[in-house]
Amino acid sequence: MGKWTRRGFITAGVVGSGAMVIGVALRPGHTTPEAAKLMAGDTEAMISTWVKIDSDNHITAVIPHSEMGQGAQTALAQMLADEMDASWEQVSFVEAPAEDVYANWAAAKGFILGDTAVPKLLVGTVDGLFMQASKAMHLQITGGSASIRTTGVYGMRVAGAAARQMLMEAAAADWAVDIADITTIDGMLIHEASGKREPYATFAAAAGKEKPPLSPQLKTPDQFKIMGKNKPRHDIPSKVDGSAMFGIDASVDGMHYASVKAAPVFGAQVASVDATAARSMPGFVDVVNLDDAIAVVATGYWQAKQALAAVQIEWTATGNEDVDSENVFKAFQADMETADAAGETNSDMQVGDTASEFDGADSIISRQYKVPYLAHTCMEPMNALARFENGQCEIWTGTQNPLGCRYDVAQALELDVENVSIVQHTMGGGFGRRSKSDAAIQAARIARAVGLPVKLIWSREEDVQHDHYRPAVASNFRATLNSAGQPQAWENLYVDKHEPAEAPHIPYAIPHQKIHYVDSPTHVPFGAWRSVDHSQHGFFVESFIDELAHEARQDPYQYRRNLLADHPRHRKVLDMAAEKANWDTPLGENRGRGISLQESFGSLVAEVVEVTVIDGNVSVDRVVVAVDAGFAVSPDGLTAQMESGVVYGLTAALYGEVSIDEGRVKQTNFNDYPMLRMSESPVIETHIINSHETWGGAGEPGTPGIAPALTNAIFAASGNRIRELPVSKYDFTYEFREQRES
Amino acid sequence: MSNITININGQERNVDVAPDTPLLWVIRENLALTGTKFGCGIALCGACTVHLDGVPIRSCVTPVAAVGNANITTIEGIAEAGSLHPVQQAWIDDQVPQCGYCQSGQIMSAVALLRDNPNPDEATIDAAMSGNICRCGMYDRIKRGIQRVASTGVQQFDPQEMQNG
Repeated sequence: MGKWTRRGFITAGVVGSGAMVIGVALRPGHTTPEAAKLMAGDTEAMISTWVKIDSDNHITAVIPHSEMGQGAQTALAQMLADEMDASWEQVSFVEAPAEDVYANWAAAKGFILGDTAVPKLLVGTVDGLFMQASKAMHLQITGGSASIRTTGVYGMRVAGAAARQMLMEAAAADWAVDIADITTIDGMLIHEASGKREPYATFAAAAGKEKPPLSPQLKTPDQFKIMGKNKPRHDIPSKVDGSAMFGIDASVDGMHYASVKAAPVFGAQVASVDATAARSMPGFVDVVNLDDAIAVVATGYWQAKQALAAVQIEWTATGNEDVDSENVFKAFQADMETADAAGETNSDMQVGDTASEFDGADSIISRQYKVPYLAHTCMEPMNALARFENGQCEIWTGTQNPLGCRYDVAQALELDVENVSIVQHTMGGGFGRRSKSDAAIQAARIARAVGLPVKLIWSREEDVQHDHYRPAVASNFRATLNSAGQPQAWENLYVDKHEPAEAPHIPYAIPHQKIHYVDSPTHVPFGAWRSVDHSQHGFFVESFIDELAHEARQDPYQYRRNLLADHPRHRKVLDMAAEKANWDTPLGENRGRGISLQESFGSLVAEVVEVTVIDGNVSVDRVVVAVDAGFAVSPDGLTAQMESGVVYGLTAALYGEVSIDEGRVKQTNFNDYPMLRMSESPVIETHIINSHETWGGAGEPGTPGIAPALTNAIFAASGNRIRELPVSKYDFTYEFREQRES
Repeated sequence: MSNITININGQERNVDVAPDTPLLWVIRENLALTGTKFGCGIALCGACTVHLDGVPIRSCVTPVAAVGNANITTIEGIAEAGSLHPVQQAWIDDQVPQCGYCQSGQIMSAVALLRDNPNPDEATIDAAMSGNICRCGMYDRIKRGIQRVASTGVQQFDPQEMQNG
């Protein structure tokens, strides 16, 4: 059993069969300042971090995930409301502020365990441990497609069910009746026999004093009233009239504006700066040397940007001035060859005996693939407003990681964490980019240097050239086939392993598998990009299996299907995509279909792409998506995430390339880092399977499978096999089909 | 710096800015109308789209001095007396926005398209809307929203006429 601490936390000791996942619970009169703000005086009682019931029976969910358009806040509120037996109209939500009490232990668990499913019996124990871990790591991250499958499943639902039970216990005590005779509906507690009927609010305070139940009873899917329904997203009305407040829209009295230019070659420092010409320009206020960047502060953003362009900056040499994309990829191959020859690769997975299999093989199929660095290019360029007064630093920004941002700023400015506050704003795209705190740190340093509130806005060029990029990766494969064409050995050697750990692993039944990797670091900063390592390995694995099907002269859908006998859930998703795409109906001349299957972030996604390749032009005509995320809390929300994931991945597959030249990023803006536009965007159909298996994520799983489905379709349409992205590197005006390797 | 008078959302406003300042920054910083967004600064993404006498323009590359007496309409100026423009309502009905950052520009482009062509075919929609990037990839839904407005045959009200009374 757990106990209440001074501040009202339920400690890890409370854990048991899920009761812990009520999470951080607060009592009336609790003293954490940021949390206290959420309670409007004595009329409200907060019975847990996630549930607040005020005196007019309105329920507020405190959601520990930031909104960046994924609709997770609405879906999480659905989960809470349903388990509470509240009416949908009575529920709204606020975002958790960047305070320790909101540390997103669910995200920490997802981060550390990867996609390992947690056995139900261990949930309590594991969550208890991970809550401690996440607090230690200062995580409050929206990422890893974790909102529904971790916070939702282990947080919102249990919190809602527990809250309902505590309310029933409080009512039973007051009415002196048996709790078994109390029912709930639409936020009301009802005792039929006596005719007693009270809103939840009546017993909110008393319920707050109840011990949280150890095993609150969750609803079964047939009892769901709000989960599984499409509810209009709460955030949309403010996004059609211009009133939504993004970080870039934040404002305070006396605010000035800053534009920044970081060292073009990563790692370089300011050697000298001459701002003479800038000082006489309109609106100029000051120039700030940030060591690895120069910022100009002015009365307006345009003035700051103009003045910054007039500042002469020399940068130190780093030794990376000769690095370009070509020699990065050469180094990848060289590092793989050297390590492999010396037997010094890192093992990722080993099944069976690949060495003997390859030694005895008559023929080996070898292929090499590579993908470039990618920028995120969120529509809203990086920005942050900072005010530094009396040793207190306030930051207004949109971040996927408010708590981490707070710690990062505190550390960078050598402040106590208590002296930094983050005012979270809606994000104009995140995709992993906004899990980094670089712009917030710069803004804070600039504001401190000039003694004024400063809103820092990155230019698009700064955004493209100073991202934390999706890493470039090279991946080499070898395989053998038996006489029936089935793969017997599968070897995959690639560079650099990040997260999630299982990204290169395959669902296909191949008796001998060796997956291994080498480290081949570059000076280019990298970070999480929508679907993280799945974005690369999805392309590699689903391209190579397609090539094996071709080598075996078999249909690529049936080929995959035959290797999934032990994975009925995968097979069902693959079948659904093929069926809905009319896989067996041939397309006309110059047209083709490609298929892919990808498991990521707990969800299964199969995609079929239809393309037309004529006169060197690739037209993506149609995408069919089948997804099994366990259960779709919001079917339209899951559909929207598939559409979004597909377009994000398709943009990268067709055009996405950040290339390195003389140690710096060559691309600058949407002219040379193009985005998919409406006229190029395919019809996208999403089909949902509710398997009621473990609930998975939505924001990322649609992305990894689109590149291989596209390139497999291009192969089917034209005979041209794409092994390096983006597709725009290829000239389809002639056929470059390679001779079959023997 | 110069004192410049501009007509925006039916109001006359005076601003003291350098004449070459892009209209975008005057709208956002001097007039505090932050619904119009900065996306690229070189007229490639459409996030900054506003209407100049009803015509969609990229405010990030339009010097404020070039506006003259023309009427500017921003996202804040298209609703009529508290009731949403049909395009805005369609965006809610079809749950179009995700992050929402590009949507002010998308909506301004769509409003102009539908005023000029109340029943556009798909190629016309593509042509009118392909200057607006949506990084969340909601192109299907944007198209659906436009088609919904077209199919309902709602009489399009013209923000420009509204301002002119």
